[in-house]
Amino acid sequence: MKADWIPVALVPLVALAALPLVGSTPSWVTLTVAGLAMGMMIFIMASGLTLVFGLMDVMNFAHGVFITIGAYAAATVLRAMAPAMQAPSLAANLSAILPAILAAMALAGALGWFFERVLIRPVYGDHLRQILVTMGGLIVFEQLIHVVWGPEIIPLERPATLSGSVLLGDAALERYRLLAVLVGLAVFAAMWLLLNRTRLGLLIRAGVENAEMVESLGYRIRRLFVGVFVAGSALAGLGGVMWGTYQGSVNAQMGMQVLVVLFIVLIIGGLGSVVGCFVGALLVGLTTNYTGFLAPKLALGSNILLMVLVLLWRPRGLYPVGKA
Amino acid sequence: MPEPMLAVSGVNTHIGQYHILQGVDFEVPRGGLTMLLGRNGAGKTTCLRTVMGLWRASAGSIRVDGRDITRAATPEVAQLGVAYVPENMGIFAGLTVEENLRLAARAGAPEAQRLEWIWGLFPAMKTFWHALAGNLSGGQKQMLAIARAIVEPRKLLLVDEPTKGLAPAIIANMVQAFRELKHAGTTMLVVEQNFHFARSLGDTVAVMDSGRIVHTGRMDALAADEALQQRLLGLSLDAHQ
Repeated sequence: MKADWIPVALVPLVALAALPLVGSTPSWVTLTVAGLAMGMMIFIMASGLTLVFGLMDVMNFAHGVFITIGAYAAATVLRAMAPAMQAPSLAANLSAILPAILAAMALAGALGWFFERVLIRPVYGDHLRQILVTMGGLIVFEQLIHVVWGPEIIPLERPATLSGSVLLGDAALERYRLLAVLVGLAVFAAMWLLLNRTRLGLLIRAGVENAEMVESLGYRIRRLFVGVFVAGSALAGLGGVMWGTYQGSVNAQMGMQVLVVLFIVLIIGGLGSVVGCFVGALLVGLTTNYTGFLAPKLALGSNILLMVLVLLWRPRGLYPVGKA
Repeated sequence: MPEPMLAVSGVNTHIGQYHILQGVDFEVPRGGLTMLLGRNGAGKTTCLRTVMGLWRASAGSIRVDGRDITRAATPEVAQLGVAYVPENMGIFAGLTVEENLRLAARAGAPEAQRLEWIWGLFPAMKTFWHALAGNLSGGQKQMLAIARAIVEPRKLLLVDEPTKGLAPAIIANMVQAFRELKHAGTTMLVVEQNFHFARSLGDTVAVMDSGRIVHTGRMDALAADEALQQRLLGLSLDAHQ
């Protein structure tokens, strides 16, 4: 089997191309790490969405609410464990962060299960109704978040040991961004191993291509659908914790605000492709940061331009998934 | 008389507002190869998909090996030992040949002896074992689709137009493979447009027209009766050789 490394090579190529434009090497290192960290967080939030679209052919605009609810769940846990967060000890910080992440993933996963069961199941195969129903669900749950947590923005502080920067030569690298890179790599590695080294992964990859044929081979794909949907929602919850902590606060619209970028990443990567989603997220993260530094007014449009260029080169995204 | 492997009785299938199958009755004897023939749009593919549970029968009954599967979901039908090769082959293009077969072997990895038998039937499957299925030629994809259906012993094999779009040399290979499957005692129901292919393999035949079975009998009897072929299928055997 011949692997297609060209899209992967784009990531270092974009980074190297930006070096002469940025000019200063320390600034370039800082921007590159920031771009990679942003890309990893986007990947964590988008990976579930791409699998859900690929496997279930569902346009889930409600994915944003899983991100938001994850961030709020974490904020609640972390507020209750503020002393542990402020202690200058990694162990103490982790004793607060891990329960917060678990709460975020559990709540987002449970909400995902509810959405699949109640809102999405009746509209399988109907994209227009999926968009309407999931957008409606997103709006309703945003308002419910206001009811439960109030309309104020909730601060989400970084743990003491992950605040500040480390110096690499003259380049300042935020500790939290380095952590985001590590977590993103870990999530990607876990997903890659699951998809490529396990029977469950084989079923998911086959289901993304042709769900009907998987059923004809004797597998109950509906159960797999639900499992993937819940897992994707839980990952969105994890992404919400990381994104909220990165932004320093959570608000009810944060999921909606990031949703456009997630869809851009999905389209760039190829709908249904986890590797494509990973590469696409890194490209978006890097492009956003470099453009933000070089031409701030263009930063918002840079992702759209990137998507256009990728689609002109590969109209079905970087790693198209063969739909039967 | 032994119970047939597949018994379809009075089956009706609606797809949306269209009434496609209108009381289909036929049987597939054990260990034999039954050809399902008919003009385009007669309902042959719908018939296979209804047996497989991919479309729901609105009336009638379907029995496999004596068990009623009329209301069974597709995975249940497959778990009962029914394998399906759709018209578009349904291979997983992004998976390798090995992964396609491994997925079809529900009991785990394919048995080594079974694999050797499949490689004997379709040597290309061994040659391209680690190749992406999407990169195979049309004939090789069809071989993979059939290999996947027989990677474990099955009670009944449903194959939809196995020769469609294939070159004559590949069709000859396919005929040989089906002969070996018959020899191994596999019960098959094959939808086919190529009458020469059907004549060379079929034991029994069912002919469909407008959603109904209009003829059942021995394949050799139909092959010997040109007037009947002309009436049922609108063809002359000579023209299709």
